[in-house]
Amino acid sequence: MRKQIDREDMEHLCVLGKLNLQEREYEAAAGELQKMLDYVEKLEELDTEGVEPLCQMQTGENVFREDTVTGADRREELLEGAPARKEGYFQVPRTVE
Amino acid sequence: MRQKIEEMTALELGEAIRRGSCSVTEALESCLAQMERQEPRLHAFVTPLRKRAYEQAKRVQEGIRQGKYASPLAGVPVAVKDNMLLKGTRTTCASRMLENYVPSWSATAVEKLEEAGVVILGKTNMDEFAMGSTTETSYFGVTRNPWETSRVPGGSSGGSAAAVAAGEALLALGSDTGGSIRQPASHCGIVGMKPTYGTVSRSGLIAYGSSLDQIGPLGRNVRDCAALLDVIKGRDSRDATSLDHPQESFLKGLEGKLRGLRVAVPREFLAGGLEEDVRNLFFQALKLLTAQGAIVDFVSLKTEPYLIPAYYIVACAEASSNLERFDGVKYGYRAQDCQGLHQMYRKTRTEGFGWEVKRRILLGTFVLSAGYYDAYYLKAAKARRLLREECDRIFEKWDVILSPAAPTAAPALGESLKDPLQMYLSDLYTVTANLAGLPAVSVPCGTDSQGLPVGLQFMGAALQDQKVLQAALGYEEARGSWQLPFQRGGEKK
Amino acid sequence: MIREYETVIGLEVHVELNTKMKIFCGCSTEFGAEPNTHICPVCTGMPGALPVLNKKVVEYALAAGEALHCRVNRRCRFDRKNYFYPDNPQNYQISQLYLPICQDGWLEIETGEEKKKIRIHEMHMEEDAGKLIHDEWEDCTLVDYNRSGVPLLEIVSEPDMSGKEEVLAYLDKLRTTLKYLGISDCRLQEGSMRADVNLSVRERGSKSLGTRTEMKNLNSFKAIARAIDGERERQIELLEMGRAVEQETRRWDDNKESSRAMRSKEDAKDYRYFPDPDLPELSIDRQWIDRIRKSLPEMREEKQQRYQEQYGLSEYDARLLTQSRPLAELFEETLRWYGDPKKAANWFLGDVQRLLKENALEPEQITFSPEYLGELLNMLDQGTINQPVAHQVFEQIFLYNTEPRAYVEARGLALVQDTGWLKELVIQVRNREAEAFEKWLQGQEKVLGFLVGQVMKEARGKADPVQIKKLFLEEKDEDDNH
Repeated sequence: MRKQIDREDMEHLCVLGKLNLQEREYEAAAGELQKMLDYVEKLEELDTEGVEPLCQMQTGENVFREDTVTGADRREELLEGAPARKEGYFQVPRTVE
Repeated sequence: MRQKIEEMTALELGEAIRRGSCSVTEALESCLAQMERQEPRLHAFVTPLRKRAYEQAKRVQEGIRQGKYASPLAGVPVAVKDNMLLKGTRTTCASRMLENYVPSWSATAVEKLEEAGVVILGKTNMDEFAMGSTTETSYFGVTRNPWETSRVPGGSSGGSAAAVAAGEALLALGSDTGGSIRQPASHCGIVGMKPTYGTVSRSGLIAYGSSLDQIGPLGRNVRDCAALLDVIKGRDSRDATSLDHPQESFLKGLEGKLRGLRVAVPREFLAGGLEEDVRNLFFQALKLLTAQGAIVDFVSLKTEPYLIPAYYIVACAEASSNLERFDGVKYGYRAQDCQGLHQMYRKTRTEGFGWEVKRRILLGTFVLSAGYYDAYYLKAAKARRLLREECDRIFEKWDVILSPAAPTAAPALGESLKDPLQMYLSDLYTVTANLAGLPAVSVPCGTDSQGLPVGLQFMGAALQDQKVLQAALGYEEARGSWQLPFQRGGEKK
Repeated sequence: MIREYETVIGLEVHVELNTKMKIFCGCSTEFGAEPNTHICPVCTGMPGALPVLNKKVVEYALAAGEALHCRVNRRCRFDRKNYFYPDNPQNYQISQLYLPICQDGWLEIETGEEKKKIRIHEMHMEEDAGKLIHDEWEDCTLVDYNRSGVPLLEIVSEPDMSGKEEVLAYLDKLRTTLKYLGISDCRLQEGSMRADVNLSVRERGSKSLGTRTEMKNLNSFKAIARAIDGERERQIELLEMGRAVEQETRRWDDNKESSRAMRSKEDAKDYRYFPDPDLPELSIDRQWIDRIRKSLPEMREEKQQRYQEQYGLSEYDARLLTQSRPLAELFEETLRWYGDPKKAANWFLGDVQRLLKENALEPEQITFSPEYLGELLNMLDQGTINQPVAHQVFEQIFLYNTEPRAYVEARGLALVQDTGWLKELVIQVRNREAEAFEKWLQGQEKVLGFLVGQVMKEARGKADPVQIKKLFLEEKDEDDNH
């Protein structure tokens, strides 16, 4: 599939990946992405008919935790690095209008 | 006459400490002195931990007196790549995003170091979030190659490799997603190993490509690396992908073995971008192996053209998701003066991540997005299966696959980032081990016409880490002594 | 011509599984703790933290799959669903898209006299999100991750329901089933059961489906019923005006009884699902499934059937008794101590139900020992106590798990067995209320109640009215013989 990356694609990717690009960066990023996509297009010629994808390394057996609570109260420890907190909560800008 | 500390291997130093002919603090001070000399020109460390190391050295000395440690590396100073958590100490991933991030717990591998009485010297520099092959994308500035400071040390574990090559540390931990241990080891003239996927727990390793990442050792020789791997390996209840490696100890009973070793060389790896000098050194190594009784032949690796495409699709896809958690909500950097939540997200990530990271996030996001998942991500995952199957078939007949570790010696600073695709292509020999989960070791095999080191890579079947180490050790012994710049005293500015 | 419309509804139901710990870490799932006290690096998305699957979650999902007649995917896997939101600490939710644990089942519902099978499309495991609290004071949002990582089972039905009656019947049946399995509390108000309604309308007789909308934020059965009516009308109105229904997610506001579309520029709705590399594929073998099947409890239908056959209860009573598994089990336990199922059943359908309602309790919150109830019923049968006392004592048992025999003795509530004493009281009353007694002899049967009441008063409740009645009848016989 020959995909031509345009401005709209870049904006969409920035929404998904939560990034801002400067005006001049849009072009650079699109160009670089285009170059990569053109390059990886090579994959297309590989016959993968009926091939099971390999997405993770199998260790062959199921790995579980048993259902026993091991956690203690770690609030202070985990909140310590929060950029903003209020009382026992993480604080973020308002999420609803 | 007493051997000088800086001339010892890690195992020799461990032995000296155990015998009492050298104290843990003396060993540490030798490294700290070297750091003082080398850091201004190399910048291998993001966060040296001088004070902490002194305190730890004291505790370890006491522990050794009590016979607390089983590892032959107790008391030996090592460096740790800055993408592994160390409790109470900042862990930055060489990113502005985590510039001041202090974790409250340690990575399992790091915890194991401490349990073994290994002294942690500091956290080493790397490419930001391990994305890069040069250690130039670090937010904290570049690391330079100890052999030639106008060159990069390789990456992404460039700080770890430089620290070992410069004699600042006897050993170091790195992480390898597409060659990030083996390639800098090659560029810095040291040994680096990526074990079989799952051998070392990834818990506390800040993820880049989760199905590819593996922690491993960098050292001056194969035995030292095997000893360090013994310390950090093992199944971990905090990482479902970790496994109980059938090899009980990598060091115990390790012997160099070349006679009858069946060595396969993929023809496809000898074409194209392989530099002339590297090619010559590689063929010299082949000759040496054959002379030592190894059976060498050329094989075909049909999936070779698809390695780099598959690798970058998978790595970037996983990275785009793994890096979503860096959002300014729970920890790390948060941008100021934001209007609303989504602007906070965007501004934080735009200011917190460097360009290489953004580039990979964008590519990874694209290959997973609606309408493109099948053609890119899934296709790459299928190519990965074909590669694994092809490797399995090769290993039915052959013990190891041999190749250069990288197509060139260390590039000059600033050269690689000009053409990212070209940089990505230089991972050709190393990504196979990550895509297929295989063990691989890089061992120095000589220097090119400019005096820069070149590495030879031994890769084996899954879980055959010992076979790979035996081959690497056999080669290392046959090759003969290898001197790092600081050992020759001939360090170029 | 007026067009007729029919409604097509499918449900996505999320239930929180009541495991002790979360799905991927060792934190407690306990409800109502102080904010952020049940959190760890895994469920707050700290760098380097990795998920490890709680085995119990798989077992609960398999049990639900069995009860809902699903096919189990012997190989199943977790996928990441990527979207940024502060309640989602990793900014991806670990869920199942490509290989969910169960598929293709059904659940039979009853509406009035009619039975209908609702097909289950699939069932998958996933993690819950944290809780967001809007702080009006500082105009910001506060995040509590206690709920983040609590295991959820999402049960997706086929669009097989045609109206709110069927939807409510389905939800009720699903709730009973899951509660019977003991895998979820299924409380809509507390959010341990949540239903999203997918609804479309089409002209009656049409074969193709209309465009559907998804309705969220439905916290009660009543809200669900209102939302279904509201959405049905909204869609019909659009169609009548010749406009198209847009495929979208809408948020129901039960106070305003209306919904609005949830849309934003930053909400790109492209979740980029892909297999989570941190969680190895799960393989579920036949033996495991068999073990789960064998460990399933007797489900409601079987129980109800058995109650009718074994205990001779009416269908109605059996159905009521089996409504909740804890209640049914308490009933069965009581029968170990007391031999008459019908009388015991009456007690459960009467006093137990009444006290549950009066004290606003759920059956699973009952704490009394069935042994005590058995003992109480035996005392009643043996005439040790009378009916009013039994009700009074049972209240004590129900509320405080009081041992009945000791309680009756301590309060002197036992019936006085000495009939000589009672006979004296009867004669006293007969003499005092001679006029009334005469009326009774003359055939005014109602007066007997008054006379018995007078004796009870004298006896301060310690007498059995049946016994008193008997004594009055003896008096009457004696009179007749004279």
